[in-house]
Amino acid sequence: MIREPLIFEISAKGKRAFALPKLDVPLEKDALEGIPLRKEIADFPQVSEVEIVRHFTRLSQVNYCVDIGFYPLGSCTMKYNPKVNERAASLPGFIFSHPLAPEDLVQGNLEILKRIADSLSEIAGMDAFTIQPSAGAQGELTGMMLIRACLEDRGNPRKIVLIPDSAHGTNPSSAHLCGYRVQEIKSNRAGTVDLDDLSRNMTEDVAALMLTNPNTLGIFEWDIKKIAEIVHAKGGFLYMDGANMNALTGICRPGDAGVDVIHINLHKTFSTPHGGGGPGSGPVGVKNVLEPYLPVPIIKQSGSGYTLDFDRPKTIGRVRSFYGNYLVAVRALAYMLTLGPEGIKEIAEIAVLNANYIRKSLDKDYDLKYDSPTLHECVFSDKLQKAFGISNLDIAKRLIDYGVHPPTMSFPLIVPGALMIEPTETESKRDLDLFIEAMKKIAGEARDSAELLKSAPHHSYVRRLDETSAARNPVLKWEGSKTS
Amino acid sequence: MSYISLSDQDKKEMLARIGISTTEELFCCFPDEIRLKRGLRLPAAMPEPELIWHFEALAAKNAAARYPSFLGAGSYVHFIPSIVDCLAARGEFVTPYTPYQPEVSQGTLQVVFEYQTLICQLTGMDVANASLYDGASAAAEAVLMAHRLNGRARVLVARSIHPHYRETIRTYTKNVGVTLDGIRAGETGAIDLDELAKKLDQDVAAVIVQSPNFFGCIENLEKIGQLAHDRQALLIATVAEAASLGILEAPGKLGADLVCGEAQSFGLPPSFGGPSLGFMGCRKEFVRQLPGRIAGQTKDVDGNRGFVLTLSTREQHIRREKATSNICTNQALCAVRATIYLETMGQNGLKEMALHNFHKAHYAADRLARLKGVRKKFSGKFFNEFVLEFPKSIQGLNGYLKGKGIIGGLDLGSFYPELGNCGLFCVTEVHKKDEIDGLVRAIEEGLR
Amino acid sequence: MYPQDFYYSQDHEWVQVKGDRALVGITEFAQKQLGDVVYVELPAIGVQLTVHQTIGSIESVKAVSEVFSPVSGEVVEVNAELNTSPELVNQDPHGKGWILRLKIKNPADVQSLMKAAEYEKFLEGLAH
Repeated sequence: MIREPLIFEISAKGKRAFALPKLDVPLEKDALEGIPLRKEIADFPQVSEVEIVRHFTRLSQVNYCVDIGFYPLGSCTMKYNPKVNERAASLPGFIFSHPLAPEDLVQGNLEILKRIADSLSEIAGMDAFTIQPSAGAQGELTGMMLIRACLEDRGNPRKIVLIPDSAHGTNPSSAHLCGYRVQEIKSNRAGTVDLDDLSRNMTEDVAALMLTNPNTLGIFEWDIKKIAEIVHAKGGFLYMDGANMNALTGICRPGDAGVDVIHINLHKTFSTPHGGGGPGSGPVGVKNVLEPYLPVPIIKQSGSGYTLDFDRPKTIGRVRSFYGNYLVAVRALAYMLTLGPEGIKEIAEIAVLNANYIRKSLDKDYDLKYDSPTLHECVFSDKLQKAFGISNLDIAKRLIDYGVHPPTMSFPLIVPGALMIEPTETESKRDLDLFIEAMKKIAGEARDSAELLKSAPHHSYVRRLDETSAARNPVLKWEGSKTS
Repeated sequence: MSYISLSDQDKKEMLARIGISTTEELFCCFPDEIRLKRGLRLPAAMPEPELIWHFEALAAKNAAARYPSFLGAGSYVHFIPSIVDCLAARGEFVTPYTPYQPEVSQGTLQVVFEYQTLICQLTGMDVANASLYDGASAAAEAVLMAHRLNGRARVLVARSIHPHYRETIRTYTKNVGVTLDGIRAGETGAIDLDELAKKLDQDVAAVIVQSPNFFGCIENLEKIGQLAHDRQALLIATVAEAASLGILEAPGKLGADLVCGEAQSFGLPPSFGGPSLGFMGCRKEFVRQLPGRIAGQTKDVDGNRGFVLTLSTREQHIRREKATSNICTNQALCAVRATIYLETMGQNGLKEMALHNFHKAHYAADRLARLKGVRKKFSGKFFNEFVLEFPKSIQGLNGYLKGKGIIGGLDLGSFYPELGNCGLFCVTEVHKKDEIDGLVRAIEEGLR
Repeated sequence: MYPQDFYYSQDHEWVQVKGDRALVGITEFAQKQLGDVVYVELPAIGVQLTVHQTIGSIESVKAVSEVFSPVSGEVVEVNAELNTSPELVNQDPHGKGWILRLKIKNPADVQSLMKAAEYEKFLEGLAH
């Protein structure tokens, strides 16, 4: 196997991959005087175009990706990324638009921003959306800031945010960044929010409850209306983490269930690609009560067209430059238009079908901590396999040998040794069956040949990596010829 | 059109295994009162040809994308070599998940490791993260990081930093006990060093400046760093136009403790503002407070080199409310593009491109400043952006230019009331000499 | 397994008292739970601690645990070796992997801690 070097290791003086036209204006040699200039960029690569193409092509080939196979990653919604969306988002009219160009010269962009906000409002049952947040976590922060601004306006921002013990880590860290203290709410035996614990903790000191629905166990918070009542009765807000929206599209709208503010992950529910870690987009939707506080600018539509409205005295301000990850929004709109209303509803129907098919197929092989019906994802654990000294990590690494990416592991924290599985609606039955078969084989191997799991993966480009040394003695960039 | 891959037979078999007869039964736990009882009020499904025609029509409404433009102000047009689009479009870079399972993500991880190295080389920092959302949020994260590092509660913010960056810093620091104090720009367009010296005291966590700043002027980072360090405050240098790093000395070599900014100039088109590419680097001793994902080098059980996400205990999925930041998804694919771009431009290409920016911008500034009624507003040195002052607001002039199919400089009146008659112009390596000459001619006519 | 002359807290710290000095570390059980330790956040000398106040934290690759002071006192020494060799916490948690030394403020604090036999029983109870 060719092990791909770092670009710096094949770099050498004299190689080049790009040529610029001759400078067509006079040189201003004196103008450079007095400016701190660099002599050269030490160790910066000098390689040929062929070397770059081969380097990145070969590196791409050691990446697993949705285009290759199944990602059963719970709460990540790794659905297929349609290629027509790439084509739409690459149109020169979009990519070469400068964000500060005169409004009448960018009406197409403004229209798209307005339409995607309106479409999300319709799907989520909210009154308005901002596309500014660049990812789910930034959306959460934005949502919490909106709540805080509104409460401050009313005279008291309050001190506490309630978060279920099954929540994603971004929830408490976003609340904290907003100046709130976090109070954990317990889940009950069924895996949903314990209403008594919520009532006990819901005081006039609490600004909001951050709820994921369905929750990270894949269980629908069927008491959501009651939850909303408890929170609203004490003047608090109900924030919904929309990461699991894939189970609800066209079936149920969070806004209809009492949610005041929600963030959506376009790179989950709306098929925009994960890109190996972004760019994503985390639009935030609100009910009218929070609308005045939205980040500025908002897009307005009038008779003559679309315009940017900066006259927003109560806005929380900006969370980033310009308008958000615009081209990601373009992809999401293309997706919504491709599917249409029936297609969007089908997302939830088939996502839930696929997940329950997996659940039913594996519930004798792996332990399911919670009995409750689940929607688009389910959470197994390594409890049965622990008897043979096998952990969820070993199961995950062995799956790689079967050509499948491991599921989400060790989350939510309330299920020790968790394996969270979300197939999404785009998987074929054949791929689902291959996954099920692999999991069954692994359960058998855990019993009969545990060593195979403990030393997995065996056939990947690299095998198990020493993450301990990586953290103890971090090497975070190429150190130059000293290391070769 | 949908992306469902199940046949009718598949659905039958799957329903049978679950023990139900329709998918509707899967939603039985939903209280009836919150079920949506109507179809979604959205446009009907568009098959692909219709969809593409629809988006082409929308794109055609963006004349701005076709006109030569002299706008900069945080979003820059640079030439993107063909191999960037071609390689970055590969499904293996576009469609993978975050590299939490390193054994099957070595492509992304190695590229990120190269990206981190390149950012360190360009900025003079010891460590860089795998990306943040954009330059504005990167600046906000840097301010929060400085506060965590020395516990001090005040940060001095140059008014010559991009308005969006300053607004974002304000939003992020509002609820965490950090106060911001503005420092104005002086006659030269660069930060007023006297006011800075006066306001620096033991309560100041950091000074944050942008170089080249929003007016295009290059700041004296060395002097600013000295003033800050004399009071044990940190210097945060933010870079909105990353192309400037092709010729300007690395901020780390001039005394910066944290360097952050926007790398959109490295291989990303303007894209109406996003996606973008925030970057951040710091000195070695600060690494545990650096936000964002970081890739590190290690070995596998066979002794082969490999890369992993590391120092994860800083992050939200482990530290939760005590995390250095709440960031999860970042801008990885944009970092891949930037890496390809930088490796393609290489040592010499990057420098040459930056010099083209410099000389073309100076040519434009000279010719424009010679027009009657026009003068360069600031005397400071600049890279590829400059401010010109006109007899009155350039709103009318820009309207005239628009009629000629040219997008002129940014009307600064809406951002800085004291610069109501000024325009911010940007010239890069993509502006041909006759386009610049065309701008000069058109402005001359427009001013008559 | 668990030294007889140590006292133990419910948060799995141990204390060895010598005169008015207390040596503090985490137990074998705690280090096993954490996995490979990669970094130990140590407090500064001179810091005054009350019972159960956070001393610092211990990081493994995938987890971080706060360390709480089992007794009140002033930090007089920290184990600087942990900066270069955090793995000492795993290899010898009751010996070379000690974390800090306190000058005890209130000697009665140790009375509320468990002795070895009690702690071992406590651990058994956790397993159920």
